[in-house]
Amino acid sequence: MNEQQHLDTLTDIKRIMERSTRFMSLSGLGGIGAGVSALVGAYFAWDLLSAAGEGYQPVSETALVSRLLLIAGAVLLAALGAGFYFTWRKARRQGLPVWDAAARKVFINLAIPLVTGGLFILGLLKHGYLALVAPSCLVFYGLALVNAGKYTVTDIRYLGYAEIALGIIALFNLYHGLFFWALGFGVLHILYGAIMWWKYERIPAE
Amino acid sequence: MNPIGNLNKVFESRIRLGVMSVLMVNEEVSFNDLKEMLEVTDGNLASHLGTLEENAYIKVHKGFIGRKTNTTYSITKTGEKAFKGHLAALEAMIKFSQ
Repeated sequence: MNEQQHLDTLTDIKRIMERSTRFMSLSGLGGIGAGVSALVGAYFAWDLLSAAGEGYQPVSETALVSRLLLIAGAVLLAALGAGFYFTWRKARRQGLPVWDAAARKVFINLAIPLVTGGLFILGLLKHGYLALVAPSCLVFYGLALVNAGKYTVTDIRYLGYAEIALGIIALFNLYHGLFFWALGFGVLHILYGAIMWWKYERIPAE
Repeated sequence: MNPIGNLNKVFESRIRLGVMSVLMVNEEVSFNDLKEMLEVTDGNLASHLGTLEENAYIKVHKGFIGRKTNTTYSITKTGEKAFKGHLAALEAMIKFSQ
């Protein structure tokens, strides 16, 4: 046993501790993909809203709402698809399992605030509080990210804080919801994804 | 003082040290998760877990999920102390030889 072996052992212990508690394969490219989907979706929503001559008002026009929901659903699918695909690819390249104990913790800790938020927003829609939808999306999503930050790349918490802050600002600036939504889900995702990619993925993972 | 004396013989095995590392930072871990994290075979892991249990470093909880047995493991106070002592000894040795 020499010094180098002891150092290796300590590094090993640290690596095992980290890998058993944190899911480190979240991909920056997935964030960029999700951001682009959100911006495309926001463009269609904006198009729809301005065509309806509505502005962004707290009126429940069933047809409009169901079309917006359709766009939102498509964005969600595309964003999740991009996130999962790039994360799966990164994990495979690292030779790590995609669905291990740490990944399950990330999933559950994301899901609790997200499902709560989703149901909350459905309630808002039911009662016609359309203007509150965008701020609520941002706040609940931000809380989900902060919550999951314990079990994955810590940096994701900063994205969470930014989403929460943006959601609160949006709440005090109602009727600009779509703008803040696009900023939070589009621009912030792309920015975060690019930073993560630059920080962790630019040099191919060992 | 010769710090080599403080190294724990039980932790000479990388797998046993790995099990302890996982259990230090996770409250309760199942057999299958341990197996996956440490990339070892069933028999190999079981024998190392046996050794750790004999030394009272870990506690075994036998439960059921439906009809399937679900065995989970957690670290004991004794185990935590032993692991920390081993880490301190490793660190001391690195400083010692520098």
